[in-house]
Amino acid sequence: MVVLRQIIDIISLLALPAIILSILLYAIYKKIPVYETFVEGAKEGIDVTLKIIPYLTAIIVAVAMFRASGALDTISYLFTNIFDKFNIPSDILPLAIIRSLSGSAALGVFSDIAQNNPVDSYVVKLGAIMLGSSETTFYVLAVYFGSVGIKKYRYALLTGIIADIAGIIGAVIIANVFFL
Amino acid sequence: MNFIWAFLILISFVFGALNGKLDDVVNSILSGAESSITIAINICGVMVFWLGIMKIAEKSGIAEKISKVLRPFAKVLFKDASNNENAISNIAMNFSANALGLSNAATPMGIKAMEELQKINKDKSSASDSMCMLLAMNTAGFQLIPATVIAVLASVGFNNPTQIIVPTLLVTSFAFVTAIITAKIMQKFFPPQSETEVQ
Repeated sequence: MVVLRQIIDIISLLALPAIILSILLYAIYKKIPVYETFVEGAKEGIDVTLKIIPYLTAIIVAVAMFRASGALDTISYLFTNIFDKFNIPSDILPLAIIRSLSGSAALGVFSDIAQNNPVDSYVVKLGAIMLGSSETTFYVLAVYFGSVGIKKYRYALLTGIIADIAGIIGAVIIANVFFL
Repeated sequence: MNFIWAFLILISFVFGALNGKLDDVVNSILSGAESSITIAINICGVMVFWLGIMKIAEKSGIAEKISKVLRPFAKVLFKDASNNENAISNIAMNFSANALGLSNAATPMGIKAMEELQKINKDKSSASDSMCMLLAMNTAGFQLIPATVIAVLASVGFNNPTQIIVPTLLVTSFAFVTAIITAKIMQKFFPPQSETEVQ
């Protein structure tokens, strides 16, 4: 496992340099004016960023408000009994909800869990798997669709939520198998 | 999205008032708005750089070569876009960057892919099947090594944090496959996009 991690670390380190180098070298070989072409394409980057700002602000403010309101703790408290039945520590619920909304918030919630529970405890391991296998669905949807002005998401949101729920259930099952 | 957004804000005010945290909620509006601009500025630099590099890739024809290799896969997942080399090569690089945990680099690639998909979209205000598939792949968040999580575990003195790699990989693969299958099934059940005038 350590070897696997080292291999992937090396690939991660080399991936971007390799991509950029091959694009550049191939273009030079094809006699493309690389500098002018770069600037021509790069100009569009500012427009794209300006376009996504309203969507970014909308989602980030809403999630920040939700976190500050303490709603997560209240909702978690309501579900404690149901969670106990399935062997799921109730500490994990805020993480399960927030991980679809905000990556930095999810990391904060997980750090709290890791600090306030015994090292190597089940809840820490379950939380680690849950966080490691997630992506912030709403943020991705807002930014990607916002950048091209799509208003009707059709089934994209539903698909994202189903995948999130599958990830949560999967994390609970796998954590049970590996760590209980 | 209209519903979820309004719901998050309304519920925040209600719970904020009930929990006596209304001042925190109000402050979070200001700090949230501020941090959204910080994030945008962070994205902007990478975005500008990446779109510059991609222009080079496009002009030299290397994007076309990459997409030719990937066309068999692309045909299954992105039917209507499998001939658009810029879309396919960016989708492929977006996926690889996500898998390697380079999410800062992945976002510009994904957005570039979205722009290419929008060019061939029949209805410019609604998401095409290919867009939904790209979003499904991204929201599921497939990642080979959860580096941040390992870092947190190591910081609290967790014994051998790398033991979570394999379980996490199993879960993330499961969620990823679920997302793709769900998107494929939904394509059949959701009403197709209606044709609109090309502007």
